[in-house]
Amino acid sequence: MEKKTPLYDIHVEEGGKIVPFAGYLLPVQYKTGVIKEHMAVRQQAGLFDVSHMGEILFTGPGALKTLNHLISNDYTNMPLYKVRYGILCNAHGGTIDDLVVCKLGEERYLAVVNAANREKDFAHMKANLLEDTVCEDISDDIAQVALQGPKAPEILAKLVPQDRIPAKYYTLVPEAEIDGMKCMISRTGYTGELGYEIYTAKENAVHLWKVLREAGRDEGLIPAGLGARDTLRLEAGMPLYGHELDEDISPLESGLGFAVKLGKEEFIGRDALIEAGEPKRVRVGLEVTGRGIVREHQDLYVNDRKVGVTTSGTHCPYLGKPVAMALVERAYASEGTELQADVRGRRVEVKTIPLPFYKRA
Amino acid sequence: MSVIPAELKYSKTHEWVKEEDGLFVIGLTDYAQSELGDIVFINLPEEGDEVSVGEAFSDVESVKAVSDVYSPVSGVVAEINEELQDNPALVNEDPYGAWLIKVRDVTEQEELLDAAGYEKVVAEEEA
Repeated sequence: MEKKTPLYDIHVEEGGKIVPFAGYLLPVQYKTGVIKEHMAVRQQAGLFDVSHMGEILFTGPGALKTLNHLISNDYTNMPLYKVRYGILCNAHGGTIDDLVVCKLGEERYLAVVNAANREKDFAHMKANLLEDTVCEDISDDIAQVALQGPKAPEILAKLVPQDRIPAKYYTLVPEAEIDGMKCMISRTGYTGELGYEIYTAKENAVHLWKVLREAGRDEGLIPAGLGARDTLRLEAGMPLYGHELDEDISPLESGLGFAVKLGKEEFIGRDALIEAGEPKRVRVGLEVTGRGIVREHQDLYVNDRKVGVTTSGTHCPYLGKPVAMALVERAYASEGTELQADVRGRRVEVKTIPLPFYKRA
Repeated sequence: MSVIPAELKYSKTHEWVKEEDGLFVIGLTDYAQSELGDIVFINLPEEGDEVSVGEAFSDVESVKAVSDVYSPVSGVVAEINEELQDNPALVNEDPYGAWLIKVRDVTEQEELLDAAGYEKVVAEEEA
C-alpha cells in the first residue's frame, strides 16, 4: 500500500494524475502536461512536491567521521550551512544510493536520500555507524517542496527577507520563516535550473504550498509532477538512481569522480574502486540522429557488436529533441561516435554528445 | 470526461475507425491521447504495408511512455498522415481530426463498438 505525502489532497485538487512512485502516491503530471511543466521550470518557475525524499539526521561527536566512512565525498572541511553531494558505495564500489549532505552544525548533518532507497540506506548506515554517532530517520516528519526556475528568487523574495534566502548554489539557511512557518531553505535542485528546496514540518506542507502558489501566480509558477522532474534532470545530465546508478554501477563509471575522493583515508568501497582502476565503461550523452525515441535499457551496437546500453532517454522538451544517457565501453565513448540503438527490434542511429545536454545560461 | 463522437466506431484498445470512400480511416481516441500525455513521436507504417486485425501497426511515443497502436482491420495501407511526422502533437490537440492511417482492400475487421459501447470501456478503465 503506497503512502501519501502531506500534499496528496492538494495534488488531486490541482488536477494531478496520481501514480505510485517509490512507495508513494505522487502526481506524474498535472492538467498542463509534462512539456508545459518542463518549459515553465526552464522559463518561469515550477513547484514540486518532493516530500517522498528521505531525510536522515546524523548527530554527535562521531558524526563527521561516520559520514566520511560511509560516503565517497570528503566532508572534513565543509563550511557550516553548505550542501555537498556524495555517493553511498557498497564494498564492491557499486552504488547503494546518491545523496546530499547538509551541514547544520559541527556535530549535526542531514543526509537527503532517494525515497526508494530510504530503508536500505538507513539499514546500511546504522550497520556501519562509527562510535559517538546517532543516526535517525526523520523522513516522516518532514515535508519538502522544490521551487525551481529563473523566477524562483523573485517569488521567494515576496515571502522571505533577502538575508534568509541562500545566495549561493549548494548553500542553505537553516532557519527561515515563510508566513509564520519555520523552514529550512536550500539552494539546490534536480532540474539544472536556479531554485530552492524548502523543508518544513509536515503539518505546514499544505499551507506552504498555497502560499508559494499564490506568491508565484503573477510569475508564471505552475505545479510540476514527476514526469517533468525526470525530463528536467535528464536534460541537465543528472544521474537518477536505478538508471545511471545502481548496486552494480560505480560512481566512477557514471562520471561522478568529482564526488569520489579516493585520496581520503578510507570509505566503504574505496579499495574496490581503486582496484578496479580506470572504468571500462563510462556514462555518455546520446543524441538521437535517426527517427524515434530511445529509452532506457536499449542495447547499443556498432555493427553487430553490443557496446553498451542506455540508462535513461526520452524527448527533451526544452531541447526539442530526443536524447538519452548510456553506459558504453570506453572505446566508444568519445564525442561524435556513431552507434545504433535497438529500439524494440528497430535500429535507430545515435551519436555521443557531451553532458549535460542543457546548461543554464 | 473524454470526447466520444457518436458517428465513429471504436476498438477496445482505444482506436477509432471511420469508413470513408471505401477506405477505413484509423486514429487514436481522445481517451487514448489523454492517457498517453504529450505525444512526441509516431512511428507509422509505409504505404503498401499490410496490416492485420489485432496486430500493432504503429507505436506512439509520449514523453512518458511508448504504446502500440493495434489495427482493427486487415488490409493494405493506402495512405499515412504525413503531417504527424513533423507534428505528432496534433493527435493531442485534435484526436479525431489527426488520423494515423487509411486502409484499403479490407478483408477482415474486428467487432467494433459504437460510441455507447466504447464509453463503457473507458468508464471501466477510469474506475
